[in-house]
Amino acid sequence: MSTAAILAQFLEIVLALAGAPLLLGWVDQWRARLQNKSAPPLLQPYHVLHKLLVKESVVADSASPLFRMAPYVKFGCMTLACAIVPTLSTDLPLASAADAIALVGLLALARTFLALAAMDLGTAFGTMGARRDMLVGFLAEPALLMTLFCTSLITHSTSLANMVQSMAHRPFVLDPSLAFAGVAFTIVSLAENTRIPVDNPATHLELTMIHEALLLEYSGRHLALMEWAAALKLFAYSCIGLALFLPWGIAEIDAPLAMITAVPVLAAKLAVGGILLALIETVSAKMRIFRVPEFLATAFLLAVIGLLVHQLLQG
Amino acid sequence: MIHIDWILVVVAGWLLLGVAALFALHDTQFVARRLFPLGALLGLALGAVALAAVFEGPQVAELTIGLPGLPMHLRLDALSAYFLVVIGVGACGTSLFSAGYFRSGEGTPPGLLCLEYHVFLAAMAMVTLADDGYAFLVMWETMALASFFLVTANHRVAAVREAAYLYLLIAHVGAIAILLCFGVLQANSGDYTFANLRAQHLGPVWSAIAFGLAVAGFGAKAGLVPLHVWLPEAHPAAPSPVSALMSAVMLKTAIYGLLRVTFDLLHGGAWWWGLVLLGLGLASALLGVVFSTVQTEMKRLLAYSSIENIGLIATGLGLALIFRAYGLGTLSALALTAALFHVLAHCLFKSLLFLGTGAVLHATGERNLGKLGGLIRSMPWVAWLVLVGVLAGSGLPPLAGFIPEWLLLQSFLFTTDLPNPFLGMLIPLVAAAVALVAALACYAMVKFYGVVFLGQPREEKLLQARDAAPWERLGLAWFALGAVALGLFPVPWIDVVDKVTLQLVGSGLAQAVHANGWLLLSPIAPERASYSPTAFLGGVTAGTLLGLLIGRRLYRGALRRAPAWACGHAEAAAARLAARTQDSAEGFGQPIRQIFEPFFRVTRHLPSPFDLQPRYEVRIEDRFWRGAYLPLAALVDRMARAVALLQRGRISVYLMYSFCTLVALLLVVRS
Repeated sequence: MSTAAILAQFLEIVLALAGAPLLLGWVDQWRARLQNKSAPPLLQPYHVLHKLLVKESVVADSASPLFRMAPYVKFGCMTLACAIVPTLSTDLPLASAADAIALVGLLALARTFLALAAMDLGTAFGTMGARRDMLVGFLAEPALLMTLFCTSLITHSTSLANMVQSMAHRPFVLDPSLAFAGVAFTIVSLAENTRIPVDNPATHLELTMIHEALLLEYSGRHLALMEWAAALKLFAYSCIGLALFLPWGIAEIDAPLAMITAVPVLAAKLAVGGILLALIETVSAKMRIFRVPEFLATAFLLAVIGLLVHQLLQG
Repeated sequence: MIHIDWILVVVAGWLLLGVAALFALHDTQFVARRLFPLGALLGLALGAVALAAVFEGPQVAELTIGLPGLPMHLRLDALSAYFLVVIGVGACGTSLFSAGYFRSGEGTPPGLLCLEYHVFLAAMAMVTLADDGYAFLVMWETMALASFFLVTANHRVAAVREAAYLYLLIAHVGAIAILLCFGVLQANSGDYTFANLRAQHLGPVWSAIAFGLAVAGFGAKAGLVPLHVWLPEAHPAAPSPVSALMSAVMLKTAIYGLLRVTFDLLHGGAWWWGLVLLGLGLASALLGVVFSTVQTEMKRLLAYSSIENIGLIATGLGLALIFRAYGLGTLSALALTAALFHVLAHCLFKSLLFLGTGAVLHATGERNLGKLGGLIRSMPWVAWLVLVGVLAGSGLPPLAGFIPEWLLLQSFLFTTDLPNPFLGMLIPLVAAAVALVAALACYAMVKFYGVVFLGQPREEKLLQARDAAPWERLGLAWFALGAVALGLFPVPWIDVVDKVTLQLVGSGLAQAVHANGWLLLSPIAPERASYSPTAFLGGVTAGTLLGLLIGRRLYRGALRRAPAWACGHAEAAAARLAARTQDSAEGFGQPIRQIFEPFFRVTRHLPSPFDLQPRYEVRIEDRFWRGAYLPLAALVDRMARAVALLQRGRISVYLMYSFCTLVALLLVVRS
């Protein structure tokens, strides 16, 4: 394990923790602009996090320790997720800890804790949110796994670092299976990050919300960590997508110096990705909750079709 | 003494404990506090001896009991030793728990229960040791009968008797299939020792028939579709430690039998054998998990989840058979390792969950999810230990349930190496189904835990529920610790599984895994796939600590307790109302019921707005029950009636039958 690798790992974690709220602010700003609203400042998420951390946290009388544990566990899971996705370099000490399948497991672990914490108080909104979140999760999780498998089959590996490395070195061909996987991944990312058309991060309307319903009872530092973890999740998903489908510009084992250029490249890719996300959120309307399973099943089927297409073209 | 003798000593010890209990039939204190802990010790000893025996060569013994001139051949090889470890681990924890669980006044007296329990354990151990068809079937039937009597412990309840009857019926249908299977395997040589069966080389048709019979016979015991219907009936009927043993250990003896016959006696087979097993396994997994998400009774939910897990194990076996048929030894070993790993992992977490329901049942007297809730506050020990089982059962890293799923999905990714393009196309679909099953299992587990332990108590009396007794906690902790340890340190266990795969498919993963140290699990090569549970846990813990550092040290926001907010509906948040407005078990399962509606036979009764006493009722049935079982039962009934026509009850009629038969026979002989 070289010093460069440890440095890259450290840099990645710091970048994720510090940059994730910025990405959120960027998307919010663009969304407001596209919707002809006056945009909030770019640094608004940091202000919100700071405000929440300073405030006192109100915990319900009947809350069990699980309720107070969940924000920390979720934050921990998302930090690890950001650490294992190769954003800047493929030479990461933590990369061998978890491959693509374990990454999906990691996201599921965070979701499970969040759902359990929301059910802890037994308020109607909390359990409803937990049920809806698990509903989204049980379809999004296999769909995500299948999109990752599409690239795994091409690269003959489930290790994220190796997947990214071989994707970057592949001669540029438009692989139809990747096209299917890309569309499926976009749908899954929208659903998993509670964006429109599946969920609206700006709403607190009781009957439509999913993610906000889970967080209803949280306040103060617990809420801050939850929000921060949600930003980290968006960051991690964006980075997985960019790393797998647009892998160029990420530093590799034999060229640690490329990390200097990797940061601006990543920033540029995220900036464009953020604008696209804001665009999707602007042009689409939120679906009824009953339509969400169909939407996600589409993603699942697309990813499976991607796998089949790959087999067909190979065989 | 060699290992096999020690194992026989343990078996004899268990039988002695059972007999000793007969002298104190109604002395719960003596039976529970003395005999069951001793049984647990014996279980531990069995596990330890068997673990040592995995690394040794095969050992044989002969027991001259039973019919004269027909001794019982016993053999201890890596495969049977592996399953003996599972039995030992399961028996140890369950006996510890039982020491605090069984109490008098519940049907069968505790002494008798103790006898049945230990005979059951001994029979399961002997099934894995048996080395001829005769000994195997005798032990197999002893196991079935002992468990039947255990299921009927509460025999005063009619539903329990019905469930036990169904169980006995299907167990015997399975036993007949196994008997026929051995009959085919011996190929007219008249010698039923496994050594002889192994030496017979049957033609493709007869081996396929033997395979089919084995799948039917062992599948009936394991709960593969369509012979799964007894599981959700028998498990809730039995006392919880018995459900734990049946689900966690007894189902695995069926997997053992399947492995023994298919891989050992038949030496694998054509690729379509694997496909059959894969299909059955997948159907069971999908059906089991979908049904488990909509259950409203906690032990039924877990029973369906067992069907799901057995299905995943069978899927792994099927994949291993396919790879083996194409001579891909390493990949076959990978799929087989996934299945064998799942055997132990499932034993650990499912025992934990079933024992947890036992503790809840004793504390509250309720098994209906609709009348439970909020137990994490009154029963913290049980709740937190069961949480480990729930996370492991959801297949989440870094616990034991994740590793078999990870290995199974890995082996799917290698199917591109298969020369058969049809299989190559099929396998991605199967992988997708496995991923879906894994995700749905998480849904079912969240429902189970959330409804039983979280939320507001749905009944007044739950507030006074007493936490589990120390013995019960010990049993739960044993399994929880096992699930954590197996999840964090899979590599040493791969060494053990390696010996079994070496025996069955001729290759193993230990070498590849060991090349990367004992903390990193990398079955083929580190650049293809790797997973390190310890680093994973370390990463999550470090991140969690970072969160704590920021939230608690960097900023020192105060903490205040207040009533729950619930979007400002303060009255709805009050405990009384919250208990009614939170999701019920039906509510939580409703989305799945809607999405997978074709799976179920649903009958609904919706209240109209004018009902003075509105009643909502929904009943979910297994389509197999009406589609296959009831018509079959009706057919058998009709056949019995037709045969009954012959029965006139008059001697003259019977004499006429004899006369007619004689005449008919004479005609045949003449011509």
